[in-house]
Amino acid sequence: MSMIEITNLTKMYGPVTAVDDISLSIGAGQIMGLLGPNGAGKSTTIKVLCSYIQATRGTITVKGHNVETEPLEVKKLIGYLPESAPLYGDMMVFDYLAYVAEIREVQDVGKRIRELANLCGLRTVMHKNINELSKGFKQRVGLAHAMMSNPEILLLDEPTSGLDPNQIIEIREIIKEIGSQKTIILSSHILSEIEATCNRVVIINKGKIAADGTTAQLKRDSGGESIINLEISGADFNTAKAALSQVTAVKEINQVQCKESGLTGLAMVTGSAEDVRPEVYRIIKNSDWNLFTMQKESRSLENVFQLLTKNV
Amino acid sequence: MNELKEKFKMTLHIATKEFKSYFISPVAYIVIVVFLLVQGWFFFMPFFLKNQAEMRDFFSLLPIIFVFIIPAITMRQFAEEINTGSFELLATLPIKYRDIVLGKFLATVVFIKLLLLPTLFYAFTISILGDLDWGPVIGGYIGAVLLGSAYASIGLLTSTFTKNQIIAFIIAVSLCFALWFIDKVLVFMPDVMVSFFQMLGTDYHFQNIAKGVVDFRDLLYFISVTFMFLYAAELSIQEKN
Repeated sequence: MSMIEITNLTKMYGPVTAVDDISLSIGAGQIMGLLGPNGAGKSTTIKVLCSYIQATRGTITVKGHNVETEPLEVKKLIGYLPESAPLYGDMMVFDYLAYVAEIREVQDVGKRIRELANLCGLRTVMHKNINELSKGFKQRVGLAHAMMSNPEILLLDEPTSGLDPNQIIEIREIIKEIGSQKTIILSSHILSEIEATCNRVVIINKGKIAADGTTAQLKRDSGGESIINLEISGADFNTAKAALSQVTAVKEINQVQCKESGLTGLAMVTGSAEDVRPEVYRIIKNSDWNLFTMQKESRSLENVFQLLTKNV
Repeated sequence: MNELKEKFKMTLHIATKEFKSYFISPVAYIVIVVFLLVQGWFFFMPFFLKNQAEMRDFFSLLPIIFVFIIPAITMRQFAEEINTGSFELLATLPIKYRDIVLGKFLATVVFIKLLLLPTLFYAFTISILGDLDWGPVIGGYIGAVLLGSAYASIGLLTSTFTKNQIIAFIIAVSLCFALWFIDKVLVFMPDVMVSFFQMLGTDYHFQNIAKGVVDFRDLLYFISVTFMFLYAAELSIQEKN
């Protein structure tokens, strides 16, 4: 049975449609990435899901509980971290977590806070005001807030936005660590983020689902093209092109500028999923060229994303 | 008793947190100091001239001071949370909106009691100086808490309207002032309406209680005004989403 069932969800802010007839089913244990450009409807979807705002149309059930009619049950199951973690700035980290623990009715408050402090790396800041913390630490307090009652579902809205690269890696590690036992929905407009943490990606654009699948699936579906970059010497572009055109899967060969002088650069676009590098190497071996570089570059999720979300 | 405690557990958690957070910011201290200064000054200025051991002036002044002081206490309650976004965190915790409103209200009422506490010192001083009639004094304090609660519920409601505390304050002051003012303009009303509008005013009911006569109708007035505005506040934050 799926953990979260979204059926025909539509949310309108006045005349603006933020989310347009989305249906999704999210199984237990999935780490799902909601990907989309800014304003695509990611946050709105998450906010409706945690019963903070109400849907205009459509239903959502979380573990069988309807979000609209049983909001308290749903909220008990969900830990939610809004974008940029808007916490009570004038409270101390420990006091804040203790307050959340009381409302979440956690049994052994002290023990749970210690666990979370260790997991989220908060031990050094427990007695600091939240206002005094750096953005990365605030985000970690937000994560601790979301995980307080050890909920089955975590909704994280742009958990790493505005953090520096080290902090991003740290937060990702935490998410991965907890992700093994929980259902997580994570929104982001950063692709590498989703690629690094999620096992399922849903791309949203203008309130609609543009793509849904694993990262590998999405890459494959985008055409399976890959590009092989070559740098050789001993032949000019036209000679090399003529020789390399024998490779069956090659669709086109383009000239590329090389950084070093005296080298000829080629970019070969191949159509099939099969690797053509051995064939290319044999051709080069049989000629009197020198090979400097051969590198395969597969279509990244980035390309898929651009393809799906660019304005047509 | 345990059942009741269980039912209001969440309200108490919110109330405790809100009450503590009054004292984290300087606002609470400023409000207390300003209240004691203004109230003390206007009360004691004519006190020694009159040479009477009573607190009638104190309680006739209190409602108009409360018109400004209470909204200053309540203005941040929701407006600040909406402004910083922390309301989103609060609203997605498994807690009823009713508990949030009641918790914040309760914290404010306790704060109002704390605000009034130092003024008991006036009463004890006066009772040493002369023969103080305690009836009106006790009635006055009961009335003050009731009146403060009613104004607090108005302030909480207006605080849910906006993320700007100043706007919340101004709307609350206007509403509280209107309720205080309404029985002062009865001369301009047609005769049939007089008693109706008189019953609407907070000051009319407050002065009744402050005479030392705690009438059921006056109690009912304050309790129903308080509940009405608290309920409106609950609906208002529900409507936001």
